[in-house]
Amino acid sequence: MTAPAAPTLDELVGNNPMHADHVTIRFGGLVAVNDVSFTIPPRSIVSLIGPNGAGKTTFFNVITGLYEPTEGAVFFDGKDITGLKPHKRAESGIARTFQNIRLFNLMTAEENVMVAMHSHLRSGILSTIIRTPWQRKEEKQARELAHELLDFVGIGKVAGEAARNLSYGDQRRLEVARALALKPKVLLLDEPTAGMNPNESAVFVDFVHRVRDEKELSVLLIEHDMSVVMRVSERITVLDRGTVIAEGTADDIRGNQQVIEAYLGKTGTREGKRRKPEATS
Amino acid sequence: MTAVLTTPAPQTPKKAKQASSRSWGDLAWPIGYVLVVAFLFVFYKNLLPDLQDNIAGNITKWLPITSINEAMVWIVMALGLNVVVGYAGLLDLGYVAFWAVGGYVAGWLMSPPWNPDANLTFHLWSPSNANPQGIHVTFWLVLVAAGVVCVVAGLIIGAPTLRLRGDYLALVTLGFGEMVRQVAINGRVFGFNLTNGDAGISSLDSIGTGPFGQIQGIPTHLGAFDNEFKLLVLGAIVGLCLFISLRIRRGRLGRAWLAIREDELAASMMGVSLVKAKLSAYAVGAFFGGLGGVAYAASITGAVSPSKFDFSISILVLLMVVLGGMGNVWGVLLGALVLSWVNSTGLNQFGVQWDEWFGTSIQGDFKAHQFGLFGIVLVLMMLFRREGILPERRTRALMREPSRSEAEAMGADITEAEIADEVVAEEDPTTEKGLSS
Repeated sequence: MTAPAAPTLDELVGNNPMHADHVTIRFGGLVAVNDVSFTIPPRSIVSLIGPNGAGKTTFFNVITGLYEPTEGAVFFDGKDITGLKPHKRAESGIARTFQNIRLFNLMTAEENVMVAMHSHLRSGILSTIIRTPWQRKEEKQARELAHELLDFVGIGKVAGEAARNLSYGDQRRLEVARALALKPKVLLLDEPTAGMNPNESAVFVDFVHRVRDEKELSVLLIEHDMSVVMRVSERITVLDRGTVIAEGTADDIRGNQQVIEAYLGKTGTREGKRRKPEATS
Repeated sequence: MTAVLTTPAPQTPKKAKQASSRSWGDLAWPIGYVLVVAFLFVFYKNLLPDLQDNIAGNITKWLPITSINEAMVWIVMALGLNVVVGYAGLLDLGYVAFWAVGGYVAGWLMSPPWNPDANLTFHLWSPSNANPQGIHVTFWLVLVAAGVVCVVAGLIIGAPTLRLRGDYLALVTLGFGEMVRQVAINGRVFGFNLTNGDAGISSLDSIGTGPFGQIQGIPTHLGAFDNEFKLLVLGAIVGLCLFISLRIRRGRLGRAWLAIREDELAASMMGVSLVKAKLSAYAVGAFFGGLGGVAYAASITGAVSPSKFDFSISILVLLMVVLGGMGNVWGVLLGALVLSWVNSTGLNQFGVQWDEWFGTSIQGDFKAHQFGLFGIVLVLMMLFRREGILPERRTRALMREPSRSEAEAMGADITEAEIADEVVAEEDPTTEKGLSS
């Protein structure tokens, strides 16, 4: 928790792909996120953890543009994007997956990925109707890129299957492939290993590294599985009731008494329950 | 999440198959469609008069060419609504508004003088028989003009509904549909006679054939008895709408519409601008509505009046889309054909036949209860075939087959090998194209 001399806002914004500055979100009287500053360094894998209801997903939604923060600002790629619409943010390079998988179920895997290329494609109504050579070329390239991405996440052979017919694991992979189609600079993964067994989770850790290295982006992870978080993250931020209570490397967090109390509970079990307010010794 | 874990299923030859069926499909339907329209033309023009009297009589009674022409207009409307409802998933209960706007554009631009407030005289390539007074623009330009005006109207009507979903969207569109009709009934807008109120605008110009009129045997303008030629004109308009519908589906915008239909939030998170995608769906749908409005006014009724733009028309068009199979143009085409025929000819003729057989005199009753009948059909359909007569492949899958995750939730153990088989089976090229099946 010992932070070095705090960099200025300009430095934070200029040197990092994303920086959320003193973000507060209130829903009526409820403060879901309280004065959280959060930086995603370039080519990094950072995690946001915390008990249920800590405000992780709410914070995610501020970054992706679903909610506007009550106070504070979000910077991306050197620009203030606080008031930007979700699709504009996606276009500029913020991609996400969903906690409960939200694929376009009746569309094929290939089409799912191609939807995410929407903002990078240029053909309009008329060129689609006339099917100009240029439009055909663009479609062909998009399709090839989609297949590349599907191969990259390892589900190339089911490209023509409707998303709803994919197995659970493949649906998770498809969500990542779809997000990558946005050519993101920052990839937000919302509980990606939910429902995976330990083997699959282990494979996932390697996968996140591979995505980061090959696609040259930063990854922000919301995750409950501590073994995954500890192995994959370069920096971990712990939220509790909307406030940052700790930030640091896996080792810092592991040894942090406040985190253990807040998150893991007194017994220190991995699947620790939420601390009861009066459960102090 | 790597390829290592998954079983290496054989690379099926589906890519090649897909490509071949696609290029064949692109050619197959236009050829088939042109052949069908050409056959209908030749049949009604040349073959029908030579047939035996009782056969020819039955055909003119049960399937007169006027009923086909009228069905063509309904097909245009249904295809337009299909873009909005079937493709983009935006329920529109006021679609008749565009039919009305298209009709009035035709009324304004191709009619003898009716408006004491603005007694203009203007001719533009109109057929030679036109009344010297009033504004007379050729049908073909009016088509374009109505298309453009309706696109603008679609954007205006669409804009306020962008934030709405489901029931609310349906209510607002319903309101807009009624508004347009009420404006037409009132007739006066800021003291200016815009639509001539209940009386409407009548004696619209007939369709001019332009350079084709020079050819022996082709009339210079299509009057009340040139139904065979009208069939060709309407056939061309329907063909254009089919072409647009099919092509636009397979591209950037078509995918965006599908995505919005399934999950708006996820679509916007994937970079799809909801505003642009929805507005373009409204615009394309409205464009079709404009074409349909002009075609109906100029070739079927020769007049426009507010009574033709009732709320029930919106429902009927929606019923055609739903009955035929939302999202699949061939299903929608079939739905429009069947319902339009039942509406214009079938019920009436059935009544006549009934009277003939049983010596009653209730022929009008069947026609009078048309909406009751449609209601029953709709209920039966929702019970037994929710996806429509010729559903889109995706919708059918949704209605008929449990999804894999559902199946697995009930204990099914689906192996990768089975999936690979399914992929091969589903690539059977006849499944998607409704016309070829």
